[in-house]
Amino acid sequence: MAVLIDASTRLLVQGLTGREGTFHAKQAAAYGTKVVGGVRAGKGGTVHEGWPIFNTVAEAVRATGANATVIFVPPASGADAIMEAADAGLPLAVCITEGIPTLDMMRALTFLKGKPMRLIGPNCPGLISPGKSKAGIIPGHICQEGRIGIVSRSGTLTYEAIQQLTLLGLGQTTCIGIGGDPLIGTTFVDALRSFQQDPETEAVVLIGEIGGTAEEEAATFIKGSFKKPVVSFICGQTAPPGRRMGHAGAIIAGGKGTAAEKMAALTAAGVHVVRSPAEIGRAVEAVL
Amino acid sequence: MKIHEYQAKAILARHGVPVPRGEVAYTREDAADIARRLGSPVVVKAQIHAGGRGKGGGVKLARTVDEAETTARAMIGMRLVTHQTGPEGRVVSRVLIEQGLEIARELYLGLVIDRAAERPVMMASPAGGVEIEKVAAETPELIFKEYIDPATGLLAFQARKLGFALGLDEAQVGKATKLMLAIYEAFVATDASLVEINPLIVTRAGDLVALDAKMNFDDNALYRHPEVRDLRDLDEEDPLEIEASKYSLNYIRLDGNIGCMVNGAGLAMATMDIIKLAGGEPANFLDVGGGASAEQIRNAFKILMSDKHVKAVLINIFGGILRCDVLAEGLIAAVRELEVKVPIVIRMEGTNVETGKKMLRDSGLDFTTADRMDEAAEKVVASAGGRH
Repeated sequence: MAVLIDASTRLLVQGLTGREGTFHAKQAAAYGTKVVGGVRAGKGGTVHEGWPIFNTVAEAVRATGANATVIFVPPASGADAIMEAADAGLPLAVCITEGIPTLDMMRALTFLKGKPMRLIGPNCPGLISPGKSKAGIIPGHICQEGRIGIVSRSGTLTYEAIQQLTLLGLGQTTCIGIGGDPLIGTTFVDALRSFQQDPETEAVVLIGEIGGTAEEEAATFIKGSFKKPVVSFICGQTAPPGRRMGHAGAIIAGGKGTAAEKMAALTAAGVHVVRSPAEIGRAVEAVL
Repeated sequence: MKIHEYQAKAILARHGVPVPRGEVAYTREDAADIARRLGSPVVVKAQIHAGGRGKGGGVKLARTVDEAETTARAMIGMRLVTHQTGPEGRVVSRVLIEQGLEIARELYLGLVIDRAAERPVMMASPAGGVEIEKVAAETPELIFKEYIDPATGLLAFQARKLGFALGLDEAQVGKATKLMLAIYEAFVATDASLVEINPLIVTRAGDLVALDAKMNFDDNALYRHPEVRDLRDLDEEDPLEIEASKYSLNYIRLDGNIGCMVNGAGLAMATMDIIKLAGGEPANFLDVGGGASAEQIRNAFKILMSDKHVKAVLINIFGGILRCDVLAEGLIAAVRELEVKVPIVIRMEGTNVETGKKMLRDSGLDFTTADRMDEAAEKVVASAGGRH
């Protein structure tokens, strides 16, 4: 089994006609994902790379039976695209777009309350359930089907962790990039809940970074109710306070959100915290 | 993005927040003119993007126009060191001249987005004039909070609750309510990420005035606020960071001697961490972007080589779908063109990685390759002169 996406996923691409959208739609299809069409206002009725294009998400869902969407639109329209997906009744949206204003995301998250859509991201690499389906930009060839779940705020650092596991013969159930923004749709706790319910996931890798309190909240959840082994690495141990480290959410503000605090909270919750990013794979091997 | 106090006060005043009368001066002559217009006494305040100015000698009372001129002359051009500037301090190039006010009480007001609650929170405290982090650590019961529903905005009753919690009288609560609603309006209208009024004062006459003001803005929203973007003060930023921002490179200068070039923010932080674990000190954070194009690699080298402390460079590119032969070609071209002299350790992953490594080895340039991150870190620390 996998979480969030699998072989039954019928994927829509919002922004399919753009450069990134086109490239990654083709990659996803080549990986075996059922990509069913795209949305681009004003280009409805046309065909792009063999896929039908629709003016609205609602229309696309009606015509294709899509049950998930991946969003590659420019940042100024990112929040709007997320809300349109929720309005169309989709149960899952993965937003890759980086640079959506925080207040836009705040309104979008308020809009999503009470609606049955799970949002992954924004500013994330998306999801992959190896051997089944992918929605996002995680390279398929570094993944392998297996029993480890990965959840991470980072992009390329997630690929690093995936590759370490794959090289050790440890495949993955699903890899979830939750994104590096201050406001995101799916938190570590949400992802852990999904992995908790998945009988095939035997252990979880949690990759955090400086800023915010999402890792501390994950630690509280793990201590109280997560039964599977967790290995964690927190990046930004050497980051200076008060500076935004690339990701909008990666900042130590007012002395809060340091890697040391997060590592201490996770360690106290029984998580196997590694200091070196090169140790992630071996640490998972050790806890199985 | 950060702006100066006088700029924040101008924005807040436009939305109806009472601020002291004052103007900014770049010369002592202007300072004297402004003091003359305002009437004595005045306060001369150094304008730099850092807190703790008072303790560092950057805020002074002047009882006469002459004193204002003398104080401004001493302050303009001085290197002001506060606990937020680091030991090198910041050069003061402008001062704010403001009317002096008689203070009855010093309060605190702050507005930020609470990430966990996914909404803005207005914070108020009777312990004004003190850093809020210190209040939060020592007397958390003195901080009052109201979470704001984005759909309705800050409501009058919420502002009143905070006003009464601050111990204000009925007339003052009315003024505080208007002031807080104005702050929220300014926050939303400018896509701010922080508004902080510390202290918010109650004057002897019973008025509420924002005696200090700090505003930070969401970089992602600057595209729709050109009037805010224009307030950027390049003198407050590291010249190399300004140069890097022209190329859309995420670069932050640090104190070490190992330059880093990485694709992706998380991996870039992790690379700094592993250098430190190997006994070295990173010279910078540098994210060249997910794609790591040849042009971005060239731009990144330009920036790294401008930092004279860099003794060795670690390049860590996890391409995934990126082709390593193309990456190697870009690296070789950039190193040749820019005549990079320091040793370079490269760890790359992606399609055609073996071809890429062979190209680097055969280039005749001083490249060392590594398969793993820890191996790369050890090699680069050795090239930079060994462990600290």
